Amino acid sequence: MEFLRPTTWAEALAAKADQPDAVPIQGGTDVMVEINFSVRRPPALLDLTAVPELATWSLDGGRYRIGAAVPYSTIIGELGGALPGLAQAARTVGSPQIRNRGSVGGNLGAASPAGDSHPPLLAAGAAVEVESRGRGVRMIPADAFYLGVKRSALLPDELIRAVHVEPAAGPQYFSKVGTRNAMVIAVCSFAVALHPDERRVGTGLGSAAPTPRRAREAEEFLAAELDWSAPLQPALLARFGELCAGAAAPIDDVRGTAGYRRHAIAVLARRTLTWAWHDHLERRAA
Amino acid sequence: MRVTFTVNGREETAEDVWEGESLLYVLRERLGLPGSKNACEQGECGSCTVYLDDAPVCACLVAAGQAQGRRVRTVEGLAERGLDPVQEAFVETGAVQCGFCTPGLVVQAHDLLERVERPSDAEIREALAGNLCRCTGYEKILDAVRLAAERKAAAR
Repeated sequence: MEFLRPTTWAEALAAKADQPDAVPIQGGTDVMVEINFSVRRPPALLDLTAVPELATWSLDGGRYRIGAAVPYSTIIGELGGALPGLAQAARTVGSPQIRNRGSVGGNLGAASPAGDSHPPLLAAGAAVEVESRGRGVRMIPADAFYLGVKRSALLPDELIRAVHVEPAAGPQYFSKVGTRNAMVIAVCSFAVALHPDERRVGTGLGSAAPTPRRAREAEEFLAAELDWSAPLQPALLARFGELCAGAAAPIDDVRGTAGYRRHAIAVLARRTLTWAWHDHLERRAA
Repeated sequence: MRVTFTVNGREETAEDVWEGESLLYVLRERLGLPGSKNACEQGECGSCTVYLDDAPVCACLVAAGQAQGRRVRTVEGLAERGLDPVQEAFVETGAVQCGFCTPGLVVQAHDLLERVERPSDAEIREALAGNLCRCTGYEKILDAVRLAAERKAAAR
């Protein structure tokens, strides 16, 4: 095995172009588990922790550009106000030690259907900035990024540079089902983001299909039916839950059955929309 | 490969490190620092918690090469000028049973008290959520952290 350690972004892109089968490693919270258990023996590890620009975030043209290596602890500590959905999801990741190392970039690279970042990124309409030496930068919308179980639109010579997310235009919530409040991989998860200016609601389902995904029909239903100045109608809320559950394509596995996941997605969808709507009406009244 | 980094204030070099090797393995097997414990090897148990620069991390999930040029502080490093108040409090409250989880808990609790002078019980539980004790003496561990917090606050 080789250990590649670029110290600039250009060097990192060159290393990935020259050796597309090198496995990028950032916080190591996924990659090292696979190596420790001999599940994976990549020909090379491409350590990105010495590339300083990956570890910073900025506000560019009204959007947050979060470097791929920014750890969850920084998202919680510094971006919780602007990106509440993503920060809520970040708080549920692993443990403090894991949150000091794990990053949204790593979550995207692994592209696990259960990754905690994905639902809030989908709900907020985030975009993933990827780059290769040969073809330069591509911006991939989050809902076009996930292609299959642990497969993404990232090409072998590309690296994830950053994720771009607009500051929350309205209330955002994330909720996750697990056996305890720490160190759990999601049985299923759900994120909602209100965009009151556009009269639109974004959604994201986690661990309920081969990829994280939006509940598009549910979003269209709310865009057509919601009265943004009135309390939520129970029938509308119930239908929203059903449509979100309908968007799921879960499996039976050790963490839960497909039927349980579908049920739980409906509950999480209703619950998070109720919380968000409460905040929305409060802000309108203020 | 060769990896050079600072451990508990001293520069150390490990030779013939396998590229997929963890920082934990290097600490325990190459540098003679067995305080950090090797249990789950997947970041679940917190027994291998060390400071990497200033952040507590699971050493089993840090590739050894990633420590190149950085600062690592292990549980051994907390006791270089006598026991740290956190370590003393663990002894006094009986927060140690088999002792396997103790080094990780000590480092993690030490970090908490560096950041939060008087943590609430909820903050202590949250901070220690990634450290498993199977004996299980969590109540005594909470007592230890409360006692250490009092002592550290009094000494400030």
